[in-house]
Amino acid sequence: MPRIGVFVCHCGTNIAGTIDVAKVAEMAAAEQGVVFSKDYQYMCSQTGQTLIIDAIKEYKLTGIVVCSCSPRMHETTFRNAAQRAGLNPYMVEIANIREQCSWIHKDREEATEKAVILMRAAVAKVCLNTPLTAGESGVTKRALVIGGGIAGIQTALDISAAGFKVDIVEKTPSIGGRMSQLDKTFPTLDCSACILTPKMVEAASDENITLYTYSEVEKVSGFVGNFKVDIRKKARSVRADKCTGCGVCQEKCPSKKAPSEFNRGLNNRSAIYTPFAQAIPNVPVIDRENCIKFQTGKCGVCSKVCQANAIDYEQEDEMITVEYGAIVVATGFDVINLDKYDEYAYSKSKDVITSLELERIMNAAGPTGGHLERLSDGKAPKEIVFIQCVGSRCADERGKSYCSKICCMYTAKQAMLIRDKYPDTNVTVFYIDIRTPGKNFDEFYRRAVEDYNVHYIKGQVGKVLPESSGKLIVVGSDIIDARHVIIPADMVVLAAAIEPNKDARKIATMLTASIDNNNFLTEAHAKLRPVESPTAGIFLSGVCQGPRDIPETVAMAGSAAAKVIGLLSKDRLKSNPCTAHSDELMCNGCSTCEKVCPYGAISYETKIVNDHGVKKERRVAVVNAALCQGCGACTVACPSGAMDLSGFSNRQIIAEVDAVCR
Amino acid sequence: MSSNIETINIIKEISGVNPLRCMKCGKCTASCMAYDEMDIKPHQFVSYIERGDLESLMLSESLYKCLGCFACVERCPRNVQPGKLIDAVRQTVIRQRGAEGMTTEEIRQLITQEVPQQLLVSAFRRNRR
Ligand SMILES: Cc1cc2nc3c(=O)[nH]c(=O)nc-3n(C[C@H](O)[C@H](O)[C@H](O)COP(=O)(O)OP(=O)(O)OC[C@H]3O[C@@H](n4cnc5c(N)ncnc54)[C@H](O)[C@@H]3O)c2cc1C
Ligand code: SF4
Ligand code: SF4
Repeated sequence: MPRIGVFVCHCGTNIAGTIDVAKVAEMAAAEQGVVFSKDYQYMCSQTGQTLIIDAIKEYKLTGIVVCSCSPRMHETTFRNAAQRAGLNPYMVEIANIREQCSWIHKDREEATEKAVILMRAAVAKVCLNTPLTAGESGVTKRALVIGGGIAGIQTALDISAAGFKVDIVEKTPSIGGRMSQLDKTFPTLDCSACILTPKMVEAASDENITLYTYSEVEKVSGFVGNFKVDIRKKARSVRADKCTGCGVCQEKCPSKKAPSEFNRGLNNRSAIYTPFAQAIPNVPVIDRENCIKFQTGKCGVCSKVCQANAIDYEQEDEMITVEYGAIVVATGFDVINLDKYDEYAYSKSKDVITSLELERIMNAAGPTGGHLERLSDGKAPKEIVFIQCVGSRCADERGKSYCSKICCMYTAKQAMLIRDKYPDTNVTVFYIDIRTPGKNFDEFYRRAVEDYNVHYIKGQVGKVLPESSGKLIVVGSDIIDARHVIIPADMVVLAAAIEPNKDARKIATMLTASIDNNNFLTEAHAKLRPVESPTAGIFLSGVCQGPRDIPETVAMAGSAAAKVIGLLSKDRLKSNPCTAHSDELMCNGCSTCEKVCPYGAISYETKIVNDHGVKKERRVAVVNAALCQGCGACTVACPSGAMDLSGFSNRQIIAEVDAVCR
Repeated sequence: MSSNIETINIIKEISGVNPLRCMKCGKCTASCMAYDEMDIKPHQFVSYIERGDLESLMLSESLYKCLGCFACVERCPRNVQPGKLIDAVRQTVIRQRGAEGMTTEEIRQLITQEVPQQLLVSAFRRNRR
């Protein structure tokens, strides 16, 4: 006979404010199998846990139900408490009477009734629980970082500092990410390259770090501690072991019409190229679409001029498979496409640019050599208008619902830098709200206003009208002074919203990591586990998880690294014992379950099965417990009822349903 | 005042505008063709309704300056649709004026090939039913 204990938590007033907890405990006492029940203010506290432990010992409980918050919050807490009392941790069930009851109901009587029902279902289930023992698996002591921006670089450096091997897979020909495109950085205005390039060099020369640039992750299998990853190293058409990085090929290449990705298409690059002078590795790639040799068979100039004999037109993509214990996603972001914002004339005028384009124009290595000039006629702009929140904070389908977070600060930065270098240029900023929380951030913005005389106007721009004279007529509203503002500008800068890199969803799917409606990777807990994905062994770093600036990205990178180090320093991991298994006598080998398993955990074996004394050869499903995540897809799909899940057996679930319907 | 609140609720309902969605960016006003002639600007219509100051809106010149072009409706990043609010307030003024309006019969007589659509629309705005 089961001897069940039921513990009802008040969670302060979170639960007790809406649910009559004493009544739930009282009703529990009347349930079949229940020999002890009690309510208490905070079950998760030291005192609460002691209460549970003492009761298990004193009443010789064989199973317990805790009516409390979501199992995602405290299931582990209570399982550990049970274990300390000598009870198998899988003899614990949680009835979620907070998130699924008290928080969503107002009526005390109804909420109490529902809590009682949830408690009953959990009691019915725990009566059928069986003790389970977690298996163990090893840990591959190597980490993978996907994305080589500042987030990925810093994460890799920090993991390496603890002595672990780490690989960075970067899609483009160089590491560096967006930060390499920036000119100066708020809030201290140091030059981006000066603080980034040393880190890039450090990563490249670190003996624990391997860089796979111009490479992409193609397939991921396995599970925490034991991932297996296929990486495609795209053909550079240049042999990295021979190239000296002299740059002659780029100079001599006759095909110079491909838009430079690094300069946001503001100028062109050669077909054989490194994205920027400080690229790491300093080994060019041939963009085959734009290469005359690849397109027509003629040319071959680069091969002729290369002293090192490094050009290799025959090179092919190379596939490698590497094993990892942990994976960090650091795929970063892009700015949104502005095609839908024709009121700002972005596609009509060369002098309406995005803030990221302005970074390139302001940069000494950029398309204008660092001179602030109009791209249409090369003239120096005397009147510049910045428009913030272009596509951020939108409720319509044109933009993004969120605040991009970095634009207020970089707009202040750019406005200030322009006023500093070109004091005769007038700068106006249209804003909705100025958001500058951060150390020395508001002071920074105030400096733009007070010391650099940047005109901030609370309001928005309705339209930008390019005139044949070259002027851009900016029509806006100043809503504080209820004034119509019309500015004949020479240049308009749009602070376009940022969005996750286009690859985010593909990567998340490969990793079975969750992702939100905006394509930002989702953290395991918004407050308490911000750098972990809900999928074990997958961690998040940088803007792929949400908008943030460089200081916050670097802090997050360190924190993701700490989590990875914690994982890699373990020799063995406990696995989840709630896995699927099939009943050989019932399985008819139909292959349905294999098709639905998202983890590839199911295979088939031909076995001699003893069917009521008759030995038969049969094809039956076999579950690899190490791969199975216990999602239950197979148990639902199995037409013969042969598949079942430990800890969530069909019998247990039916018992719960029966209890609810009682 | 209580009838005022009722009228405001009706205005919100027929316009479909929820003033609480407004983030006070002023883009509607910046997009407005009739800006210079408006005593109360499109974005202010939203906050006046939010504050419950219907009297000022009903006396506002803007009701008759608005072109009904819906540029503000199109451009508002929060889907507030202030132009519909202006329409609804104007409708309310016209309804309260009552007797000045045209009857459906009178409007029907206006319908000929030559009459521009715009005129019919404004005739319906003045409809007394
Ligand atoms: C105009 C502008 C100005 C800014 N100014 C400042 C400033 O002054 N100060 C400041 O603190 N912040 C500033 N920022 C913010 C700063 O750029 C970001 O905080 C920072 O770059 C985030 O780094 P990240 O590594 O997360 O992302 P990213 O820099 O985007 O790096 C991501 C990397 O992952 C790679 N990648 C993507 N997908 C894949 C894939 N599938 N496989 C492999 N690799 C992949 C990308 O190629 C890229 O190299 C500015 C941003 C903008 C837009
Ligand atoms: S555009 Fe929309 S959100 Fe902005 S002030 Fe006007 S009504 Fe409000
Ligand atoms: S609908 Fe009226 S308020 Fe809105 S933009 Fe047009 S004229 Fe202005």
